[in-house]
Amino acid sequence: MYSQGLIGADGRTEETEDFLAAFQRRMDAEEKIEPNDAMPEGYRRTLVRQIGQHAHSEIVGMLPEGNWITRAPSLKRKAALLAKVQDEGGHGLYLYSAAETLGVTREQMTEELLSGKAKYSSIFNYPTLSWADIGIIGWLVDGAAIMNQIPLCRCSYGPYARAMIRVCREESFHQRQGYELCLTLSRGTEAQKAMLQDALDRWWWPCLMMFGPHDGDSLHSDQSMAWKIKRFSNDDLRQKFIDATVPQGEYLGLTFPDPELKWNEEKGGYDHGPIDWEEFWRVVKGGGQMNRDRITARKKAWDEGAWVREAALVHAEKRRARQLAAE
Amino acid sequence: MAPDLELFDAVLELADDHLVLGHRLSEWCGHAPMLEEDLALPNMALDLIGTARTLYDHAGRLEGQGRDEDTLAYLRGDRAYRNLLLVERENGDFAHTMLRQLYFSAFMHPYWEAALGSSDAVISGVAGKAVKEMAYHIRHAAEWVIRLGDGTEESARRMGAAVDALHLYTPELFEEGAAAGCDALPARAAMRGAFDSTIAQVFAEAGLCVPEVAYPPSGGRRGLHGEELGPMLAEMQSLHRAHPGALW
Repeated sequence: MYSQGLIGADGRTEETEDFLAAFQRRMDAEEKIEPNDAMPEGYRRTLVRQIGQHAHSEIVGMLPEGNWITRAPSLKRKAALLAKVQDEGGHGLYLYSAAETLGVTREQMTEELLSGKAKYSSIFNYPTLSWADIGIIGWLVDGAAIMNQIPLCRCSYGPYARAMIRVCREESFHQRQGYELCLTLSRGTEAQKAMLQDALDRWWWPCLMMFGPHDGDSLHSDQSMAWKIKRFSNDDLRQKFIDATVPQGEYLGLTFPDPELKWNEEKGGYDHGPIDWEEFWRVVKGGGQMNRDRITARKKAWDEGAWVREAALVHAEKRRARQLAAE
Repeated sequence: MAPDLELFDAVLELADDHLVLGHRLSEWCGHAPMLEEDLALPNMALDLIGTARTLYDHAGRLEGQGRDEDTLAYLRGDRAYRNLLLVERENGDFAHTMLRQLYFSAFMHPYWEAALGSSDAVISGVAGKAVKEMAYHIRHAAEWVIRLGDGTEESARRMGAAVDALHLYTPELFEEGAAAGCDALPARAAMRGAFDSTIAQVFAEAGLCVPEVAYPPSGGRRGLHGEELGPMLAEMQSLHRAHPGALW
């Protein structure tokens, strides 16, 4: 799961105008760019950053949901949640692989995540406080991610586009599973219904922030659009998400925590209240409740696993030497 | 189906083994030494929990009191759990986790193989699936035990410490428990040869010694557990127990 317009992309590039024009013609013809093709440095850099952020989001995203694996309230839900979190890890794995085709290693990307240099989706810097959060994350966070990711299946960079096809299939399964979890709670006891409403109240606005700043405030969007990395604007995707989600929430008997949310017949979509961008930037810049804990947890796993990774390398080397000696 | 309390007890023991070990493995999810293990550990956990679910469901029917899989998993305290002491041991480091997995799967693989011909259709059905799963659990765990045993100085030291800490729990694997006299289940003592040969082969490659166990702990089958199972179940059952009768 991942969304949020790319943070801090740097699409500057220094190739000749002829080279850039030829590249743009390939873009305009909807050709796919493959790893060995010539590409502008800015294009490569933008993709490494975006795919890296996406991969990191999958990996950090395992933590908030992982928080409930050991407390899942039924064996069926426990198995489903485990499988879901495992899927997120799988997405991380093939996204890192897609990024590696651009000449960066998984280790480099991991170091950037752990040092705080690389970003990941801010949504994971909120805590999961109840079981209903698991349903809400599936329904809304994965739902928002899908809105962003479906267009990425047509991204101009081949390995990324192909990875996204599989990611989207799994995410859409997760979304339905999350909605089904919410539906069960909405038909349950008063305490379960209250749990669900409380989760929506906490997650709704952060989910809307996942699409990134308003179009006018979104840097680098134009270049990404021209390079066919990005296909729709942040505001367009956000509007699409709201329009699809509100009726689903009403079916669950939920109230959205936005008094200004109402149907606008003229535009054929919902109007909504102002988004708190101060909160968005605070969390992006590291001031969310869980930023520190998430990176600490990743760092702990990485540091405590160092001896295992080292042993695996040393053992492989010993094996190779023994094989050579035997030949 | 007529109640069969003897078989109920025996199936419950097996189900508890699988759930408790599956739960332990699930605690690793998101915290493993590398991304590949973040996928492999939940994968093995899912196999074990899947087996546990079928076994609990079957046990509930054998008992005939209307207890379903969640009632059996979430509404029994630690004294009513019948799992082996080995599987409830805390994860410890990666060496401990992989060795515990090797011991369990090295026992369960021949066990399920023998259960393929069980007169109980559910048991033989579970065996058909589990025997394949246990084969790759053995392979995965054995590869790690070998890598770590024959890796760096530190990994060899940690692997040795894991053997010291866990090998003493292996004799309990062979106790018959409630299964004694149940024709539908294989005799556990009969797995000795296959188990010993798997462990000997892996340990030889890993440079590990099979230790003598002077005083093997026992008691899991009688609900006499160590101190680690209570807190594990308290966490696992907390939400379910906080909402009596709720559906999830």
